[in-house]
Amino acid sequence: MSGSSSIVAMKKIVQQLRLEAGINRVKVSQAAADLQQFCLQNAQQDPLLTGMSSSNNPFRPQKVCSFL
Amino acid sequence: THQMACQGLQGGETVASLKRESESLRKKLEEERKKLSDIELNQVAEKIEVLGPLSIKTRRVLKGHGNKVLCMDWCKDKRRLVSSSQDGKVIVWDAFTLNKEHGVALPCTWVMACAYAPSGCAVACGGLDNKCSVFPLSLDKNENLSAKKKSVAMHTNYVSGCTFTSSDMQILTSSGDGTCALWDVESGQLLQSFHGHTADVLSLDLAPSETGNTFVSGGCDKKANIWDMRSGQNIQSFESHESDINCVKYYPSGDAFASASDDATCRFYDLRADREVAVYQKDSVIFGASTVDFSLSGRLLFAGYNDYTINVWDVLKGTRASILFGHENRVSRVRVSPDGTALCSASWDNTLRVSWAAYL
Repeated sequence: MSGSSSIVAMKKIVQQLRLEAGINRVKVSQAAADLQQFCLQNAQQDPLLTGMSSSNNPFRPQKVCSFL
Repeated sequence: THQMACQGLQGGETVASLKRESESLRKKLEEERKKLSDIELNQVAEKIEVLGPLSIKTRRVLKGHGNKVLCMDWCKDKRRLVSSSQDGKVIVWDAFTLNKEHGVALPCTWVMACAYAPSGCAVACGGLDNKCSVFPLSLDKNENLSAKKKSVAMHTNYVSGCTFTSSDMQILTSSGDGTCALWDVESGQLLQSFHGHTADVLSLDLAPSETGNTFVSGGCDKKANIWDMRSGQNIQSFESHESDINCVKYYPSGDAFASASDDATCRFYDLRADREVAVYQKDSVIFGASTVDFSLSGRLLFAGYNDYTINVWDVLKGTRASILFGHENRVSRVRVSPDGTALCSASWDNTLRVSWAAYL
């Protein structure tokens, strides 16, 4: 019954679009400012960005024990 | 019957009138999004300092898989990771010592998805078997992990992605059957299913815990969808890629996410502005992007490509900050460690590489 299934499908699409059209949005300038602020606030705690201090490096070469 | 077919129609609704309404709603959506598009992200970022040169280099190569590595995930302890391969093998490594701690052979090939449980006591994996199974990790190295396997998820096509939610008790899966699903690990019960994609779903990512019960998915219908985990509702949808979306990943604040696509671009979408706010592309980058992840501050976006490289993008300025070479085949997965100190990349060259910045 292609008639009824396409109506059901179309109704779903319309319902979904109504939902999406109804959401509150902010201006990109506001969103961008917030994204930027998050980056800058956390920059110093980003080891891939700033590098790490020797003492904190979990992958630093360790003394190796050999069992003879 | 014709009578039943008309059920649910408000007086006068026909396929044609619904089609007209959907077209006008789509137009309205476009207009609303455009109205708020007052500036580009990279313009806002013009005022901040350019990044200095990055010192990120490969420091460890994990060899042991006999075939393409398709997926990997870090353990919360920031040193262990799990990886899965085309040949059905799943390996748990200590990335620090390169020690292989556990290994299990699945009866299927193409284990496309694997994930570490939050407790560190189990791993989940799935792929061409259309399932996602959970293996508890034993302290006893000699124990046969396969014997303890628990089948949790059952899809009608391949499992492309899986993740535990906030605990070891639930997993979320994405599938080639076009759906995502939430499962109870103990009982294997389907808790919620997510319908809306019109083709294979290739990737999913859970929102950072502070931002609530949502997740993002992306797939072959070129769409990225945001879902409410409790209701199953598709909350937001983004369609700007020109080809399959291979990977989606949340920005650390939870207010945005990035995507990687076969169209050779990565894109950045802000959830509150409800639109794409950046495209990461270069004329010289012509191969598909398969995977993305953010550094801890969200300033860097690591993206793995089918040309064997990893491009490191400045998320705010939209420029490429660095390029990492070394893999000898496609990069299938990149993941930053939980404390942000290291990047792990998995590849079709059968290896995983762990990279980090120089220490000062």
